[in-house]
Amino acid sequence: MTHPVLELRNVNKSFGPIDVLHDISLSVKAGEVICLLGDNGAGKSTLIKTLAGVHKPTSGEMLMDGAPVSFARPKDAADRGIATVHQFGGTFPLMTIGRSFFVGVEPTKGFGPFKIFDRKTANAVAVKAVQEFGITRIDDGDRLIGGLSGGERQSLAIARALHFGARVLILDEPTAALGVKQASHVLRVVMEAKKRGVAVIFITHQVTHAMAVGDHFAVLIRGALAASFAKGEKSRDEITDLMAGGEALADLDAHLDDAAATVS
Amino acid sequence: MTSFSFGALLRRPEAGAALSLIAVAAFFVLFGGVKLGNFLGAASWLNFAANLGIVALPVGLLMIAGELDISIGAMIPAGSMSIAVVSGYYGQPILVGIAVSLGLGVVVGLVNGYLTIKTSVPSLIITLATLVAMQGLVLSASVLLTGNASVALAAPDWAKAVFGTLLGGSYQIIILWWVAMVGGYAFVIHMTPVGNWLFAMGGDKTSARNAGIQTDRMTVWLFVLSATSASFVGMCGAILFNSAQVSGGMNYIFNAIVSVVVGGVLLTGGFGSVIGILFGTLTFAVVNQGIYFTNIDRNWSSLIIGVMLLLAVLMNNSFRNMALSYSPKKKK
Ligand SMILES: Nc1ncnc2c1ncn2[C@@H]1O[C@H](COP(=O)(O)OP(=O)(O)OP(=O)(O)O)[C@@H](O)[C@H]1O
Ligand SMILES: [Mg+2]
Repeated sequence: MTHPVLELRNVNKSFGPIDVLHDISLSVKAGEVICLLGDNGAGKSTLIKTLAGVHKPTSGEMLMDGAPVSFARPKDAADRGIATVHQFGGTFPLMTIGRSFFVGVEPTKGFGPFKIFDRKTANAVAVKAVQEFGITRIDDGDRLIGGLSGGERQSLAIARALHFGARVLILDEPTAALGVKQASHVLRVVMEAKKRGVAVIFITHQVTHAMAVGDHFAVLIRGALAASFAKGEKSRDEITDLMAGGEALADLDAHLDDAAATVS
Repeated sequence: MTSFSFGALLRRPEAGAALSLIAVAAFFVLFGGVKLGNFLGAASWLNFAANLGIVALPVGLLMIAGELDISIGAMIPAGSMSIAVVSGYYGQPILVGIAVSLGLGVVVGLVNGYLTIKTSVPSLIITLATLVAMQGLVLSASVLLTGNASVALAAPDWAKAVFGTLLGGSYQIIILWWVAMVGGYAFVIHMTPVGNWLFAMGGDKTSARNAGIQTDRMTVWLFVLSATSASFVGMCGAILFNSAQVSGGMNYIFNAIVSVVVGGVLLTGGFGSVIGILFGTLTFAVVNQGIYFTNIDRNWSSLIIGVMLLLAVLMNNSFRNMALSYSPKKKK
């Protein structure tokens, strides 16, 4: 039995007096897509920031391939192959596709102090990497990122993460604010990543998008894991209800908590 | 660019600045009765451009990185006063004076840089504070130490030859320094990975940091570069003119920012070019100094600069939008 690529055991996270995550246990295997669902403020972003090394868990354990890990900086997580793509993150609107793709890992040519940025190689590799995901409209590495559509930018960011050897891909609402066609681009890229054996954690508010790619679903309500189930175990309506029902129940508590938060 | 195309040229960050330069020069020739030949070779505007340009370059790079440094206004007199006090008033070797002058730039740059990365205060405010503080410090220190607001300096011949001589009787040696710096910056910013990091951090600092770029270190370095460049200009001035004053330098803030913005650098960061900053500086110098060559009244130059600034920014905006919406036609 192989270990999950990434696993959380009883993780809590609080910011000072505010508890955001309660006792989260979660794991993701290679080639599996986990959809993280939950209402606004449920703690989804906080959870993935903890995975990505932005926050340290207040308590609990994090394991990679069965061995405990702890990240001091996002760079540490990235070095271990955990790539996080925030919406429109990871790309730079006024840079060219080729330059943006290689930020921080620029290919160079030449010797010694005259090592220069190898624009040709950068452009060719970047264009090839996105085209492999079926985004064939991107064919010139000299184009500026800002001129791409939201879906193309998102796909480019994901392609970039995978190109540099990501084993775990964390996507925070990659399809938010995208049209149907653009969103399907991104979903196709996610499927391709899964096919390559990458473990994917996918956050979305849209049940349709989750159902399309998810193998496993985890619903967060007010920082706690309210439900966790595999594909096919629950119907589309049940999932929707779970997301909405959780909110209705949590409403009263939220008022109390808000009051407590403003006092402290 | 492998093949020449007018459209590709226009989409570059320096396009607006290049056109501004041509427009201003044409305006002077057509309406000001300037003889182009006389004008091109004139030392006055070249000297002006070189002094301004050495400061405008790092200010522009900081702007690309998303920061602003206005403390340069105090660092120019600080650079010239410190060498004059150390090597002129106290008679220390010129090398000591040079070290103190440039060292002061490094220290102020470090202060600006660290305050910027450690606090969330905008660098405009931080450098405004160091600007005022350095002004006060320079004035008080020079009055306290020398009892004077102006100090004489007699630099040895070698130092004059390197930092403060007039070539051909009227061209300041600093022009050569400027040319070398333009070349150096252009290489580093547009040809090496470091330039890529700069544009990335100016475009989206968090993403750049997540991509492993040491944005904090880069920021501090850039502030050190701009403060030291300013004290360098002050130092060269003191060596050239054999004296230093506590006043002056404030104009550089405004002039450098105008040059950089006319040069196509985006005020909010992430876009620009060294060649653009060069063109911006040249344009500014031509308007500012070229007016003397014309029969146009000198007082009009501010108006011209204002109009030019507006036009250049508008042009830069539309060229940038062209670059953004550009997608190549299906080939073959
Ligand atoms: N640095 C922080 N300090 C204090 N509280 C925080 C911090 N970060 C997040 N929170 C709180 O944690 C809760 C969860 O936030 P989080 O951003 O994780 O929600 P989310 O599930 O991603 O919501 P959304 O769907 O809107 O993106 C919120 O109530 C938020 O105010
Ligand atoms: Mg969120």
